[in-house]
Amino acid sequence: MEKIVTRHFGLGNSHRLESYLKDNGYQAARKALTQMTGLQVIDEVKKSNLRGLGGAGFPTGTKWSFIPQANPKPKYLVINGDEGEPGTFKDKYIFELDPHALLEGIIITCYAIGSHKAYIYIRGEYIKSLERVQAAVDEAYKANYLGKGIMGTGFDIDVVVHPGAGAYICGEETALLESLEGKKGFPRLKPPFPAVVGLFGCPTVINNVETIACVPPIINKGAEWYAKLGSEKNGGNRLFCVSGHVNKPGVYELPNGTTLREIIYEHAGGIPNGRKLKAVIPGGISAPILTPDQLDVKMDFDSLKSIGSMAGSGGIIVMDDTTDMVWAAMVAARFFAHESCGQCSPCREGSGWVYRNIKRLYHGHARPHDLKNLPGIVNNIGGNTICAFGDAVTMSVGSYVTKFRSEFEAKVNKEYAESHH
Amino acid sequence: MPNLIIDGKQVEVPAGTTIIQAADKLGIDIPRYCYHPALPVSGNCRICMVEVEKQPKLQIACYTPVTDGMVVRTNSPKVLEVRKTILEFLLVNHPVDCPVCDQAGECKLQDYYMEHGQYDSRLGDVKVKKEKKAFAIGPTVMLDQERCILCTRCVRFADNITETHEFGVFSRGDHSQLDVYPGRQLDNNYSGNVVDICPVGALTDTDFRFKCRVWYLAKTKSVCPGCSMGCNITVEWDKMRPHQHKKARVMRLKPRHNPDVNDYWICDKGRYNYRFIDENRIQHPQHNNDIISWDQAIDTIVSVLKPLKDSKRMDRVGALPSASLTNEDLFIIRKLFTDTLKGARVDFKVPEKPGDTDAFLIKADKNPNRAGALKILPSDMDAAQIVQKATQGEIDLLYVFGHDLVKLFGKETVQQIAKSVKLFVFQGSNVNETCSFAHLNLPSSVYAEKEGTFTNCQGRVQRIWPAFMPLAESKGDWEIVSMLSAKLGSPCAYKNSQEIFDSIAATIPAFFEMNYEKISDRGMVLKAPEF
Repeated sequence: MEKIVTRHFGLGNSHRLESYLKDNGYQAARKALTQMTGLQVIDEVKKSNLRGLGGAGFPTGTKWSFIPQANPKPKYLVINGDEGEPGTFKDKYIFELDPHALLEGIIITCYAIGSHKAYIYIRGEYIKSLERVQAAVDEAYKANYLGKGIMGTGFDIDVVVHPGAGAYICGEETALLESLEGKKGFPRLKPPFPAVVGLFGCPTVINNVETIACVPPIINKGAEWYAKLGSEKNGGNRLFCVSGHVNKPGVYELPNGTTLREIIYEHAGGIPNGRKLKAVIPGGISAPILTPDQLDVKMDFDSLKSIGSMAGSGGIIVMDDTTDMVWAAMVAARFFAHESCGQCSPCREGSGWVYRNIKRLYHGHARPHDLKNLPGIVNNIGGNTICAFGDAVTMSVGSYVTKFRSEFEAKVNKEYAESHH
Repeated sequence: MPNLIIDGKQVEVPAGTTIIQAADKLGIDIPRYCYHPALPVSGNCRICMVEVEKQPKLQIACYTPVTDGMVVRTNSPKVLEVRKTILEFLLVNHPVDCPVCDQAGECKLQDYYMEHGQYDSRLGDVKVKKEKKAFAIGPTVMLDQERCILCTRCVRFADNITETHEFGVFSRGDHSQLDVYPGRQLDNNYSGNVVDICPVGALTDTDFRFKCRVWYLAKTKSVCPGCSMGCNITVEWDKMRPHQHKKARVMRLKPRHNPDVNDYWICDKGRYNYRFIDENRIQHPQHNNDIISWDQAIDTIVSVLKPLKDSKRMDRVGALPSASLTNEDLFIIRKLFTDTLKGARVDFKVPEKPGDTDAFLIKADKNPNRAGALKILPSDMDAAQIVQKATQGEIDLLYVFGHDLVKLFGKETVQQIAKSVKLFVFQGSNVNETCSFAHLNLPSSVYAEKEGTFTNCQGRVQRIWPAFMPLAESKGDWEIVSMLSAKLGSPCAYKNSQEIFDSIAATIPAFFEMNYEKISDRGMVLKAPEF
């Protein structure tokens, strides 16, 4: 199978410019800048069915086309590398092993949308990523792949590497913009969407690292080639991060639409010690949990959506039959309570309430009505919040309670009489 | 202009109007915590969610712009259910310490719970403990973090209205806490306003705390007399139990919305400038050291005035009215001193030093009615000259309205006046140093006891309403002067201030066609050319 994003992984010094140049490096950027118009680039990306690989799956070319070209303000490209979704560790590999692929993608994207400045927002804990990307940026400036009149084309582009400060919510694109502007990471009310009013009030495209790393191969080899690799409406490959109870955890590049079963049992080596699979989170902790009967789902945005979950960030967390699902729900709820930004009331108060409720349940201090109330409390958060974080709490935590109800019921402390409440 | 339907009622509003603004226009009250019409929209409390036809999710009314043909429901079962839900969330970590909370009775958590909540508590968990309770964040405001619902109205006030940026929300999730930035205090000219806009008991007024439960308060519309801006206020006073407060009636002043003057705000100087209403008042007419009756007091003045009037020596009469009096007071003073006693030396323009000022509401001229006084009592005289003549024995009767001459001209000058004139009359509401030199002290009422109008620095004529009866024996300034006129044989014959105002409107061109009804709550600007 043909590798795209991981094609340089494992080659020595793959993060260095000289290595990148050996494999036709920056030729896609040269092709775009010298042989194509911005609109042609956008069309090519549209045809490739490349979709946002940060988790939302929005068609990338379409997103670029929303940038109002008549707007006299500067346009910005922001790379969302605040990879904080538990179970997700793919962008880290691109940062560390092929940063020039990202930079080349940035050049092409900026050219397509008429931007001359890009920001790479990197999760603050990713020290090595920050170092590698900054070093790559420095190399690219020196070799005139970045800066003024790059590659003799007259196109100017500046790239700034910006470290995050440790809040999960800054991976939400508008909170990221706030953070980049030096403010507290609070998601913005929408509309306006960033394409119209984004960074510093200017039209802005925000894309995930992996998405942009896919752009140079698309320009080199064409949209049709890329579209054929994946499933219908979801072109190309995807990096799947497999963790939890598997023999070979790691990042796997596989075509969109590969089944979850194949990923777990063929690529990640199956469940250790002959145990059985009990549950899988298919796309980062925000994605509703799946049960063994759902393993034949195709791993692409539309297929996962159709069974009530989501492809999300590609973070697959596998749990075997030794896992206490109330404990797993508590860990998820604790994460959400800890990372809720606190801006709007349902999520701020609800996420903590849900966590404390499940925590009591787990520790055997819950009364029957606590479990009775839990689904309602969880449901009241989603749909009522400023950003999708609240929806994630509802969908994710709610799915444990629904699918593993009996485990929750077993934890209720029967000594508390109903009348006690 | 978009035309929409809210709860079955049709309304047309300009493009860009939000649902909550359109609903307000219709008188449909959508609950709100974070939304405030004078502040940028934050959209964080989520209680204003409404149902919009053809939209799958509920929308926040404070942020969603109306569109033509939109159909909005603010009271559908879905909306009512979400309101309950939001209230429940807001109360998860709220202490519900209403019995010891100063906000009780005017708290939006209480109000909306009674209106939209009324659920049984489902909470079985320990609440998040927050750091600061009853904590002074500045000289005038106390913070209680656990009562705060993090609506950020105060943050946005300090960021956008005063631009002083004292507030921030610190930490994350349900550990978020409102606070002032480290090393900062809430100490700007408008600090007190954050208490007014705080919908809950998180920010309370140090001055008002625990003085009076709000349900004992009566509210009277008025205008701040502290400077020439004439900010609209409400005088809030304890009508039933003044004995609780050493007989003080007024408990606090609050800003009253007037988009043309002060919007929703008042300065702290104005806010806390109410003690003089109940303290340090002149209570009885007093001749030298003797308390006398009003009849005796008027007779004392007449005994000096009559001979001067009869002998046409009006130039030996001096009067110093004040730009802090109402238009009505000044008009009656004009009637007496410039018509009946034509030739008397009258001028209100005493040499005052300009006071503090800022670019927002605080004006250097500390008189609430200079613009009115200039129209009603124009004078080519000079108050300072009148004072000088009084020290030189060229004046027999000096009639001072409220001015503290000691502060303005020095003690020696005032001592000299007391020696040189036959009768030195001080008419005012509060005791000042000049009183001890005046031969005759006449107690007049304060603005909160008066009906009348002030004309602010924009030339806007604004009404004040009497909250309560004049204290002790004090009387309205125009009533005292009317008594004097009557005794001099030229009765004014006005029953109330409204009649006086009608007379002003008929006499003075700048006030033409005005009347109390037209002035109403928002005021009316003087006619051109000056205004």
